[in-house]
Amino acid sequence: MSQASQVDLSIHGQVSRSDATEIMTAPTFHTPAKKMAMWLFIIADSATFAGCLVAYGFIRNATPNWPRPFHSITNVALMTFILLTSSLTMLIGIRSAQRGDKAGAFRWTMITAVLGIVFAVLHIREWLGMIGEGATLFHNPWGTPAFGAAFFSITGLHLLHVTGGVVALIAVGISFNRGGYGEDDLEVTGLYWHFVDLVWMFVVPLVYLLNLSH
Amino acid sequence: MASAGTHQNASIGRDVAVYVVLLVLAAIQFFIAYQDITSSQMFTRMLTVAIIEGGVALLFFMHLSQNRGLMYFVVIFTVAVIFGMQYGWTDAFRVVNGVPFGR
Repeated sequence: MSQASQVDLSIHGQVSRSDATEIMTAPTFHTPAKKMAMWLFIIADSATFAGCLVAYGFIRNATPNWPRPFHSITNVALMTFILLTSSLTMLIGIRSAQRGDKAGAFRWTMITAVLGIVFAVLHIREWLGMIGEGATLFHNPWGTPAFGAAFFSITGLHLLHVTGGVVALIAVGISFNRGGYGEDDLEVTGLYWHFVDLVWMFVVPLVYLLNLSH
Repeated sequence: MASAGTHQNASIGRDVAVYVVLLVLAAIQFFIAYQDITSSQMFTRMLTVAIIEGGVALLFFMHLSQNRGLMYFVVIFTVAVIFGMQYGWTDAFRVVNGVPFGR
């Protein structure tokens, strides 16, 4: 091999041009670009939610007599069960897609979307109950207005993610069934859905259970 | 083909097992909420369970256990950002313990 066809890559030393091309175009962390893009989004979104939860912790600590208006855990327990179950149905959908069962993958993806809709409906029902008791973004009957701001902002941001996820699941699921999107697209959408579930694992104890009246 | 089918069944079996573990961890959080302990203890215990729950979901539902390089990147980068934001807590405690709420 002639000297001209050699390229100097500092950490790999002298390599051939074809090897250099392979090294420089290899997927980061052996992860396809679509999946990597979703992981980068998840990292950024984790920082957004962490920022909201840390700010909530800041306000809660700085406010004497923080209200504890929740009397029952039934609704939030049901919502948690539904969201966790939807993560499992999403995984089953992806497994179906990986073994070539297109109909099964579509069916499980739509079941996941329906569970997401049920979660959103329960969430909105809970919101309406709280609004009925006089709680809004800037006011509530239990004391500091910061409670309403923190509660509706954090749960609202999560609900927005659930709604976006449901739209994505339906769109990608239908396109996958018609032969548009592939199983990798379904997997990337599933990754987002699991992230929405993961965020809920932190929202429940910090926003609901710590504010449970005894 | 039979081997692939067996592998798929084993994978779904593992997914169901992880799902059950997550349900149990979520139940533990609800159990902690009814314990007769201080808010600080409750916060610590619930956050610990939430971190374990999140870790299980990341490793098995989001398959990070299968890609160690990506796992280190995601965990180290995210944790660094979140810890960076903990500067806010310092100020929160200053407000609680200082003027006008000083004891």
